[in-house]
Amino acid sequence: MEWFGHILLFLFSVACIIPFVLLLSASLTDQNAIVANGYSFFPHVFSTAAYEYLLARGTDIARAYGVTVFITVFGTLFGLTICTLLAYPLSRRETPHRNLVMFLIFFTLLFNGGLVPSYLVYTQLFDIKNTIWALIVPGLLTNGFYIMLMRTFFQNTIPSALIESAQLDGASEYRILWSVVTPLSTPVLATIGLFTAIMYWNDWQNGMVYITNPHYFSIQNLLQRIMQDIQFINSMGSHAGEAMQQMPSDSVKMAIAVIGSLPILLAYPFFQKYFIKGIMIGAVKG
Amino acid sequence: MQMNQATSATQLALQKNKKKSNYRKYSPLLIMMVPGLLYLLINNYLPMFGIVIAFKDVNFAKGILQSDWVGFDNFEYLFKTADAYIITRNTILYNLVFIVLGTILAIACAILLNEIKNKVLLRTYQAIITMPHLISMVIVSYLVFALLSAETGFINRTILPLFGIEEGVSWYTEAKYWPVILTLVNFWKGIGYSSIVFFAALLGIDEEYYEAARLDGASRWKQILHITIPLMMPVIIMLTLLSIGRIFYSDFGLFYQVPLNSGALFETTSTIDTYVFRGLTGSGDIGMSTAAGVYQSIVGFILVLLANYLVRLYNKDNALF
Repeated sequence: MEWFGHILLFLFSVACIIPFVLLLSASLTDQNAIVANGYSFFPHVFSTAAYEYLLARGTDIARAYGVTVFITVFGTLFGLTICTLLAYPLSRRETPHRNLVMFLIFFTLLFNGGLVPSYLVYTQLFDIKNTIWALIVPGLLTNGFYIMLMRTFFQNTIPSALIESAQLDGASEYRILWSVVTPLSTPVLATIGLFTAIMYWNDWQNGMVYITNPHYFSIQNLLQRIMQDIQFINSMGSHAGEAMQQMPSDSVKMAIAVIGSLPILLAYPFFQKYFIKGIMIGAVKG
Repeated sequence: MQMNQATSATQLALQKNKKKSNYRKYSPLLIMMVPGLLYLLINNYLPMFGIVIAFKDVNFAKGILQSDWVGFDNFEYLFKTADAYIITRNTILYNLVFIVLGTILAIACAILLNEIKNKVLLRTYQAIITMPHLISMVIVSYLVFALLSAETGFINRTILPLFGIEEGVSWYTEAKYWPVILTLVNFWKGIGYSSIVFFAALLGIDEEYYEAARLDGASRWKQILHITIPLMMPVIIMLTLLSIGRIFYSDFGLFYQVPLNSGALFETTSTIDTYVFRGLTGSGDIGMSTAAGVYQSIVGFILVLLANYLVRLYNKDNALF
């Protein structure tokens, strides 16, 4: 039975990796070879021209990277802060109205107004269209489940005697949260932080809805725009000759996708342990 | 009698005082929650009231609140079009396939993971099969494009010629292939992730059951059939019911990015979420798209309540509420 598991899991693992190999190989193939043979798993004619091209005119890519890194770092810190500030009082028995607040958070998991009303709130009431906030704010507390996860962690791992003794020593609630609770809660903070960061890094939806100015494109939005332009030109058929000349060629397309996915794939071995643990924690409820 | 009244009055006053001092004492805790609550109000609760737009003839010149009320007109138009049927059918059918086949595959994968005794290999498999979950749908759309592009795709240029098919298929304009393609992409991206969820449940099974079965001479296959699967049943049922509660929602990225928003494919790739989005971004009708969104929210809400009710019937501890 074990060897059977090895065979199938090996095949599955290969299937998970192989599209990335195709992507990488295609990005390192000479443009003419792609036209002649299509994308393949081994470069017929090896060439780094696509990367040289991107390096030469890489300002919009560098910019998009800057945007992505900024929203990932800032959004994660901001989101974690709000989440902690909400979860900690909820973990304390004494907090007035905590059941009401729990219900308000829980209800957001069951019912939402949908895309159009959210869009109208964010564009008509708060004018965040085409600002960096559009990439950060709508994702801050996307998952009410994280708040409940954190609250449960605080309740189960921070002994109330510890909080009481800190109170007797005259520590304020903020002081207790900062110096007593958070240092003891690094596992849950790290897990939720990791998942929030991945969410921000991969997010293209907010950019697609709220951003039309390429100035604020994240790397995902840039990738999406490039693919969309290719489709647009394809749909114009033979009239597109001239526009086609200015488009990234077939290998450049793939090179951009490689650049877009590389950082997270390279970082993965270092955080995969926490990623898998996080999935397992989430599995308990939700 | 009078004394009684007097004491109860002082008690009441005391209680009131206590409540007041409670508020003062715990005001730091209340203030802490303000940013989060404010955010929930703006991000979640204001849009809930926004569903009134579905009952209006949206006119941006007049402003949203001043737009004319039209009652159920938007819904009427929506359900008169073929779109309403197509997006509902696609959303539900895809989800059914994902739930049934996806769950079976994920459980099979979890059981296989459980067979692996070598810790290093186990961790490697886990890391690799969850990797696709880490990648954004935009990147996935590039991976799929590398395989399916009509002119340069690996399938058209390498695989099909092996079978003597030189013509090539125009994948991005032929709707009939997409139910299979999208299902495969969904499994590729999600099976590893959900198998870890089931694997976590497997780890909780007491080793003693297996030992006893081995003493009785049960084969590994028999053990899986009569110990592993029955003991996983609570988790399987709970997760399945929860996904049934979400059956009116679709993975927007999968249905929008991966088919590259190709109009020729709408028949088999359009879901409620992509329909709402297209309505908002101008290629559709905003009133109808909001109506579709409300239709999704309300049916979805009822289904969640129903699913939870069923979970409660089955096992109270597993219910969400």
